[in-house]
Amino acid sequence: MSAEAKAETTVQPAAWEPNIVAFCCNWCSYAGADLAGVSRYQYPPNIRVIRVMCSGRVEPQFILRALELGADGVLICGCHIGDCHYIAGNEQAEKRMKMTADLLDILGIGRGRMRLEWISASEGEKFATVMTEFTNSIRKLGPNQLAKGGEADG
Amino acid sequence: MRREARPMADETSKLIEETGAFDCVECGKCTSVCPAATFNPDFAPRLIVVKALEGIKNDPVTAKNMWVCLTCEICNGMCPYKVNYSGFIQGLRTQSFKEGNLPICSQGGLIHTMQRLMANESLKQNRLGWLTDDLKVTKNKGEVLLFTGCAYQLGTIFADRVDYEREVPRSAVKILNAAGITPAVLEEEVCCGHDLLWLGDEDAFFKLMDKNVKILKESGAKKVIFTCPECYRTINMDYQDFSGDLPFKMQHISEFVAEAVKEGKLKLGKVEKKVTYHDSCRLGRHMKVYDAPRDVLKAIEGVQLIEMERARDKATCCGVNAWANCDETGKKMQIDRLKEAKKTGAETLLTFCPKCEIHFNCATHNKVPVEKSLVDIPVDDFTNFIAKALKGG
Repeated sequence: MSAEAKAETTVQPAAWEPNIVAFCCNWCSYAGADLAGVSRYQYPPNIRVIRVMCSGRVEPQFILRALELGADGVLICGCHIGDCHYIAGNEQAEKRMKMTADLLDILGIGRGRMRLEWISASEGEKFATVMTEFTNSIRKLGPNQLAKGGEADG
Repeated sequence: MRREARPMADETSKLIEETGAFDCVECGKCTSVCPAATFNPDFAPRLIVVKALEGIKNDPVTAKNMWVCLTCEICNGMCPYKVNYSGFIQGLRTQSFKEGNLPICSQGGLIHTMQRLMANESLKQNRLGWLTDDLKVTKNKGEVLLFTGCAYQLGTIFADRVDYEREVPRSAVKILNAAGITPAVLEEEVCCGHDLLWLGDEDAFFKLMDKNVKILKESGAKKVIFTCPECYRTINMDYQDFSGDLPFKMQHISEFVAEAVKEGKLKLGKVEKKVTYHDSCRLGRHMKVYDAPRDVLKAIEGVQLIEMERARDKATCCGVNAWANCDETGKKMQIDRLKEAKKTGAETLLTFCPKCEIHFNCATHNKVPVEKSLVDIPVDDFTNFIAKALKGG
C-alpha cells in the first residue's frame, strides 16, 4: 500500500457517533416510535429503525450480521409479554435474545451491545427514554471494533 | 501450495481431473447408496458428475443439487472407479459461492456468521469461558494440546436441545487429566472453518486456517487431541492439503482413550447401560476411525454395545451438512436413523459429532411423522459419556 493510500484510510472522522439498529415490532414498538415523534419527545438521532412484523421475527443472525457489518448496538423492541399480536411471538423473542446475549459474551463482543425492550404503542415517552439510555450506554462502550478488522461486503 | 484463482471454465475441467470424475462409468452405485437420494428422488450424485462431464454449465438442477449433497462420502466408498464425489461437490460449491449461488442456510446463516466473525482480527473471543478451577490445563503452550472446537458455542446456540454440548470441552480435559496429562488449550483458537469450506467460502476458511496454523505451531505441541470429528478432519486433511504438513501428531479423543486404556494409563469404571453408536461421517468414512470408539465402549464395564444395522462405513448421515441443507430430506433421514437406533433396544445413542447430536435432537424436538415411541431414543455425547465413566468421576 502506498503511503498516500495508507494516509487516506487511517483518517478518522472528527467525532465518532454510534450507529444503532433498532428492530421494532409493527404493532407496538413501531407505533410507540410514532407516538414519540408525534408527542415531540426528544431522543438521539443515532437510531435506525427497521420495522418487523413481530419481535419474534428477529433472528439471532440479524443481530450478529448487524454487528458484523459495523453496527455499534442493536435494539430489539416488541410488545409487552401477553400483548403480542401473534399471541406468543415476544416470548419466543425473549428466549432467542437470551441465547444471543450469551453468544455475544462468548464471542467477546459483550451482551452490552444488544438490548431487548418491551414498548407498547402508548409508551412514546418510554421509547424516547430507552433510545437515549441505550445510545448513552453504547457511547460508553465505544465503537464496534469488528467493522475495522473485517470486510463488510454488504 | 494454496490453490490459485483460475478462470471459471477452466476450474470445472480442472476439478473433473482432480477428483477423477472423468472415470465415472455411470453405473449408479453412488446413487443406490446415497442417503439423500433415498429420500429425495430428484437427487443423484451420478447426475451431477455426468452433467459436468457433458460440459453443461450453470445447470439449474446441479445448482440446486450441489447443496442437497451431504458430503458423507458413502458414495466415494462404493464407487468402483474411486471418483471423489465429495471433493467434486466441494469444488462446485466453491465456484458457486463465488458466483453468488447460495443455499438457504439453517438458523439464517447464524453459524456461518459466527465463524466469519472469528476470522475477524479485531474479535477478542472469550474462548475459554468453559474453563473451571477443577480442571488442570496450561494456556497456549504445552506438549499435548486439546483443540476444543466450537462445542461450547454450539451448545449455547442450541441450549434448548443439546445443553450438554457445553460440557464437552470440560469432559475432554477431565479425561486427559485422569490419564495424567495436563493439556494446553488455546485462548486464541478459532473455528476450524469446516462449515465455511463446505459452503464454498474459501476466503474466510483460509483466514481461519492461517490463524489456527499459526497458533498451533507457536504452541510447540507435539500432539493435538480433538473431540469434534469435523475439526479432526479439517485440520488433518484440509489444513495439511492447503498449507503443508503440520509438525505434530493428531489424535481423536476416542483413539487417545483406547490407547491409554490399553497401556493402563487410564482406568474406566462401571456403567450399566445398553448403548448404540452412530458413526459420524467425518470420523468414520473421512478419517477411518471405526474401532477406537468401540474399543472404548468395551473398556467400560457393564456397557453393552448393540450395533445398528447400518454401522461403520455403512452408517447413514444425520441429514445436514455445513448448515446448508436442512430440509424435509434431512428430516426424513434423521427419523429413519433414529428408528434404526431405537430398534436396537439401546437406551442411548452415542456419537462424537456435535452436529449429529443437534440434528437428531432437532428431529424429535417437535412433531414427528411417526409414532413418537419409535424414535424417542436419547442422544448423548460420547466424550461426556467417557468422562462420566471415569473412575471416581
